[in-house]
Amino acid sequence: MIHLLSGDPPRSGVLAAILALVLVGLAGAPFLFPGSQPLGTAANVCIFIVLVASYDLLLGYTGIVSFAHTMFFGIGGYGVAIALTRLGPTWGAVGVGVAVALVLSAVLAAAIGLISLRVRAIFFSMITLAVASAMAVLASQLSDVTGGEDGLSFQLPPSLRPAFRVLSEPIFGVTVNGRVLAYYLVFFVSLVVFLLLLRVVNSPFGRVLQAIRENEFRAEALGYRVVAYRTAASVISALGATVAGALLALWLRYNGPNTTLSFTIMVDVLLMVVIGGMGTMYGAVIGAALFVIAQSYLQTLMGAASTALAGVPLLPTLVHPDRWLMWLGFLFVISVYVFPGGIVGRLRKSA
Amino acid sequence: MTAGAEVSAPSTDLPKARRDWAPLAVVPALMLVALPLFGDMSAWVTLTLAGLAMGMMIFLMASGLTLVFGLMDVINFGHGVFISLGAYASLLVLGPLAGWGQANSPALNIALLVLCILAAMLVTGAVGVFFERIIVRPVYGSHLKQILVTMGGLIVAEQAIHAIWGASPITVAVPETLRGAFVVGDIAMERYRVAAVAIGLVVFAAMQLVLNRSRIGLLIRAGVENAEMVEALGYRIRRLFVGVFVAGSALAGLGGVMWGFYRQSLTPGMGMDVMVLVFIVIIIGGLGSIGGCFVGSILVALVANYVGFLAPKLALVSNIAVMALVLVWRPEGLFPVGRS
Repeated sequence: MIHLLSGDPPRSGVLAAILALVLVGLAGAPFLFPGSQPLGTAANVCIFIVLVASYDLLLGYTGIVSFAHTMFFGIGGYGVAIALTRLGPTWGAVGVGVAVALVLSAVLAAAIGLISLRVRAIFFSMITLAVASAMAVLASQLSDVTGGEDGLSFQLPPSLRPAFRVLSEPIFGVTVNGRVLAYYLVFFVSLVVFLLLLRVVNSPFGRVLQAIRENEFRAEALGYRVVAYRTAASVISALGATVAGALLALWLRYNGPNTTLSFTIMVDVLLMVVIGGMGTMYGAVIGAALFVIAQSYLQTLMGAASTALAGVPLLPTLVHPDRWLMWLGFLFVISVYVFPGGIVGRLRKSA
Repeated sequence: MTAGAEVSAPSTDLPKARRDWAPLAVVPALMLVALPLFGDMSAWVTLTLAGLAMGMMIFLMASGLTLVFGLMDVINFGHGVFISLGAYASLLVLGPLAGWGQANSPALNIALLVLCILAAMLVTGAVGVFFERIIVRPVYGSHLKQILVTMGGLIVAEQAIHAIWGASPITVAVPETLRGAFVVGDIAMERYRVAAVAIGLVVFAAMQLVLNRSRIGLLIRAGVENAEMVEALGYRIRRLFVGVFVAGSALAGLGGVMWGFYRQSLTPGMGMDVMVLVFIVIIIGGLGSIGGCFVGSILVALVANYVGFLAPKLALVSNIAVMALVLVWRPEGLFPVGRS
């Protein structure tokens, strides 16, 4: 077990319990929470765990802020979407799409890293922001390839379609169809990528990244090429995001600018990392799970509260579902100041 | 590469630093290179003038950010919200005084624009004081936290604009005198763009004067070089910091007003949208360099205009290409600011 976690256990009883709960919940989601909305939420949690964990490699472990993470997320999504649209709904097409997307992401991430990380890490943040927004515009303009603003809807390989029956008899009252199979594809790929990322940050390579984060000059003086390590981290992180994007496209049977490329998602990812806990990997699990569930259910609650408070001045606007981002912003600023370690850091401290 | 290495070496020749002309030559060179591509003189002149005007507006929006970075080593990702806020603040004047804008009197029209700018600078400056104290002050010295916290501030402030003015776009009308265009031969110059160029030049000149010819400017430049030494000499560097941050925010507000009138519609995210250009500009110019910001703005706007005309689909990517080329030539931007 410890070996599987790369020798980096949760180091807190409460945290371990929460993680186990999330793992069990996600592993048994089709049976524990039947219905299409809960299953969609569970798949989203899995995908965002990968997306956020790969971002944490960059933000928490390497100490550089990228705004292009959703660009790689989008490349993964479009890779699968374009391949399945053009080549037809086969597993081969999925493979081609993912492979092309991974190569493209790696090349782009390396190019951005080599150009911008040479001088100052701060350039990287601004350049990634610029490149990512240019890509988002490009994706919505090249409508012949990407479907423009409408995005692309496509057919999945037959074995992932709802009509496909894996078992003829239902188990625990749930029909095991292609949809459930698709969920487990998402779940297991996410689990494997997460464990791989955990492996990376606990490897000698990951230690060097942390050394660079703590003291760039000392790491350089010790003989580590800071630019090379940072660029490598950026490439690995981009690959993680690409896989997450491919999974999302497979799950939704659709990819468009708003599902993967929008800046709002980038902000969400930042919030999840910071609230969950930067530089902990497990923070990604906690942050993503909390955030996605809150997003799916809390906004309804806020809407109800807003309607209930209709007579009171100002309050209804403040708890209106549209203001949800505002409260997250407050939470975000406060957590950067008060809990730099996020939820995970807090739990570990009290353990 | 070799040019970059030569430039980044610290220049030791005192007291007068060597003028670095090469980046300045880039802009006219670009204009000349573009000329044969058009073949049509009047289109070239029109686009060049439009590019200059757009460059001035970008400069107005970007100058505050680079100024703050130069002095305080603070990177404010929330700068964009000051642009939006400035644009929206002009509504405070435009609402009650709408008649001034439609009046057929240049004096009233110009007065309205000036009042809008004053209101915007006042509001953004005041919010800047607040922003500096709450958001920025606790994170001096850590770029990572600055980026995160100012992003958080940006989200909250942008949402506040949503809550106050609503999410739907608001149209604003340019004052009567500034509508239409001057036509000289077959060259057309939009009046509003001419006004933007004028304001941009005035602000640039004022900044250069204050920074290079006044006591405050001397202290600011000294603070950029070595803040501790300035403090040790008995000056309150903190007060200077706050002043520069407020000035930077107010400049963003001014840029926001000009940008808002130019677009003729206001959206809460307009500042964040234009921030992409602003970041490209200050990276090209060299973080912290006002002159670089000026040259970078014009360069980016010209390229955007030329490419937008010659190959519209490449317009946004062209900025990235320009930035990449500049960084390959000079990794720290056109005018590197001597600090690591």
